Amino acid sequence: MISRLFSFRGGIKPDSHKTESSEASIRNVPLPSRLVVLLTQGSQGAARTIVTVGDKVLKGQCIGEAEGVAGTAIHAPTSGTVTEIGPYPMAHPSGLASPAIVIEPDGEERWITHEPLDPATASREDLILRIQASGIVGMGGATFPSHLKADSEIETLIINGAECEPWITCDDRLMRERAAHIVTGSAILAHLTGARQVLVGIEDNKPEAIAAMRTAIQDMEAVARKCLDADKMNVIAVPTLYPTGGEKQLVRVLTGIDVPPDKRITDSGIQCFNVATAHTVCRALLHGESMVSRIVTVTGSVERPGNYETPLGMPVADLLAFCGVKPGTSRVLMGGPMMGFSLPSLDAPIAKGCNCLIAASNELFSPPPPEQPCIRCGNCANSCPVGLQPFELYWASRAKNLDRAEHYHLFTCMECGCCAYVCPAHIPLVDYFRFAKSEIRARNEERKTAEQARTRFEFRSLRLEREKTEKAARLAAKAAETRAKAASEADSALIAAAVEQAKMQSSVQDKAAPSRDQQT
Amino acid sequence: MLAALLVMTGIALVLGTALGYAAVYFKVEGNPLAEQIEATLPQTQCAQCGYPGCRPYAEAIASGEAEINLCTPGGDDNAQKLAEMLGREFKPRGTPVEKLKTVAIIDEQTCIGCTLCIQACPVDAIIGSAKQMHTVVSCYCTGCELCLPPCPVDCIALVEEPRTPQNWRWKYPVKGLKVVA
Ligand code: SF4
Ligand code: SF4
Ligand code: SF4
Ligand code: SF4
Repeated sequence: MISRLFSFRGGIKPDSHKTESSEASIRNVPLPSRLVVLLTQGSQGAARTIVTVGDKVLKGQCIGEAEGVAGTAIHAPTSGTVTEIGPYPMAHPSGLASPAIVIEPDGEERWITHEPLDPATASREDLILRIQASGIVGMGGATFPSHLKADSEIETLIINGAECEPWITCDDRLMRERAAHIVTGSAILAHLTGARQVLVGIEDNKPEAIAAMRTAIQDMEAVARKCLDADKMNVIAVPTLYPTGGEKQLVRVLTGIDVPPDKRITDSGIQCFNVATAHTVCRALLHGESMVSRIVTVTGSVERPGNYETPLGMPVADLLAFCGVKPGTSRVLMGGPMMGFSLPSLDAPIAKGCNCLIAASNELFSPPPPEQPCIRCGNCANSCPVGLQPFELYWASRAKNLDRAEHYHLFTCMECGCCAYVCPAHIPLVDYFRFAKSEIRARNEERKTAEQARTRFEFRSLRLEREKTEKAARLAAKAAETRAKAASEADSALIAAAVEQAKMQSSVQDKAAPSRDQQT
Repeated sequence: MLAALLVMTGIALVLGTALGYAAVYFKVEGNPLAEQIEATLPQTQCAQCGYPGCRPYAEAIASGEAEINLCTPGGDDNAQKLAEMLGREFKPRGTPVEKLKTVAIIDEQTCIGCTLCIQACPVDAIIGSAKQMHTVVSCYCTGCELCLPPCPVDCIALVEEPRTPQNWRWKYPVKGLKVVA
């Protein structure tokens, strides 16, 4: 057991607003009239549809196979009929559309036959393949495919139950109600990654969750004990400070290791999974249930805030309607108020990474006061958990001086929003950083294509040049050949003429010979 | 007097030889100025500048025979950059309308396989062979439009590159000042 906790630099303590949604137990939602399952659910790859319009599907049946090694499979969230395959808006700040499979539920919720795997006897490859085939991605929001993360060799496994963003309580409720599954899932993940110890980090503002997890570890299921000894798994209460739930911040708090920005935590022998991901891994392996639903916190200005077991693909508008949006709601945030974004379209469906919906009204979230000039107070630099100089980044981004922004390590910024939260001039710093990041990405892409066009153009010029010289050489050779032929023809003509002449001469001589003889 | 003359001549000879050798041994390959200029050009290879591509145009600027504001895709921004770099006078050319990146698409039903577009494409982005359907490798296409005029059946069109979350850009957060009165 770790005797001492460490701290990371910076961080803030915003109002937590957790109790609004954390007191009611997880509820089910009625099936909407259609479920829209987007093909792109993971951050590293999409799925390829394997159904056609009109197909009848069962709950948990694979409707999209993972594309490539990093792809994420998708499954029917309920039984019903595929009615459409077409573009639907994504839950993304751009509001762009992405291909999706639309399923009309038949209301029977008929599952496919479950095929559980025993983690103690199944091979590691089979287990990892099953994680991919079940379409599991990181459920904290980053949606990184879990099978890629599980396929690593590490010392320490960290299970992230910090849930540091204000308003969000889905992990809290999950730990209180389904701790046993989380513990089993964590043990399986430890078995897969060869971890010798498992640290479950939970912020100390969730005492019920901490107690529930501790009890679950004591009463660990037999199947989990085969994967990991119960005394190798520890729940650690970490101080409540935003952003403790950041991967590298939690690693720092629990182990004292500072992972450099250009390294991954696996380089230090650590891997980290969200509690909800561990829960889903357990359901997928031990119960054969693919990822077809997730728990979403709905809070803010709604009649019935709380946590809802939501089928994937449920349109945001339907979920909000079920929870009763209060009048005065001006926009809907997806994710928390710090790192989330305002949804451009409520038609967007719930995807695997959507942990929270906040109906925002002007009373709850007053519109930001007007931006004022930076006074270089340095508050932002003091609050930045990764040690950046946000005001320098701000000056560079505002001036569109992208090289300078990169020089100040713009890409180390994790857009946690601490700097903007403390800024007395109310500068929306994160907006500037997001802008500058996308500009730099676009610029690098442009540079790459320009370089490619340049080399291809040069190669083509060379090729044309070569073809020209080759052609000239060919023509010259041909000309020489013709000339030689002509010459040889002329020669043979000459020879023939000479022979002719010689013959003639000889015959003349023959005729003349006797006379010559006569002469001699 | 004679000694001084001899010394000076000696020095002149030694330095002259050294410089002569240096000129041969440390000769810079290619044309560094043209390369620097080329690095700023957009590499669309569209020939709108009147030269067959960005490299020839860069060479023409370097040798002083071309104006610095002839590149259409580069627009005023590019001319400004070149003016700063070369210390030449900047002459505005009127910024081109901000255009999204486009790529060519061949309507494969209509294509007769005449190979004329292949010959026009400056970056070899079109593949196909005589009497076979042709197609554009869109990741190589620069959107230069040079393949449009030669096509006898007008089956090539330029389309905007689709927006995806990967190439979508955040808006510039600075709000313009409001004009009061
Ligand atoms: S906190 Fe705001 S005002 Fe202070 S230095 Fe940072 S950006 Fe400037
Ligand atoms: S948003 Fe970026 S710059 Fe600001 S505090 Fe967070 S990591 Fe630092
Ligand atoms: S106009 Fe510009 S982009 Fe087009 S070939 Fe000339 S220099 Fe290149
Ligand atoms: S395909 Fe057409 S538009 Fe694209 S680079 Fe070639 S010639 Fe230009």
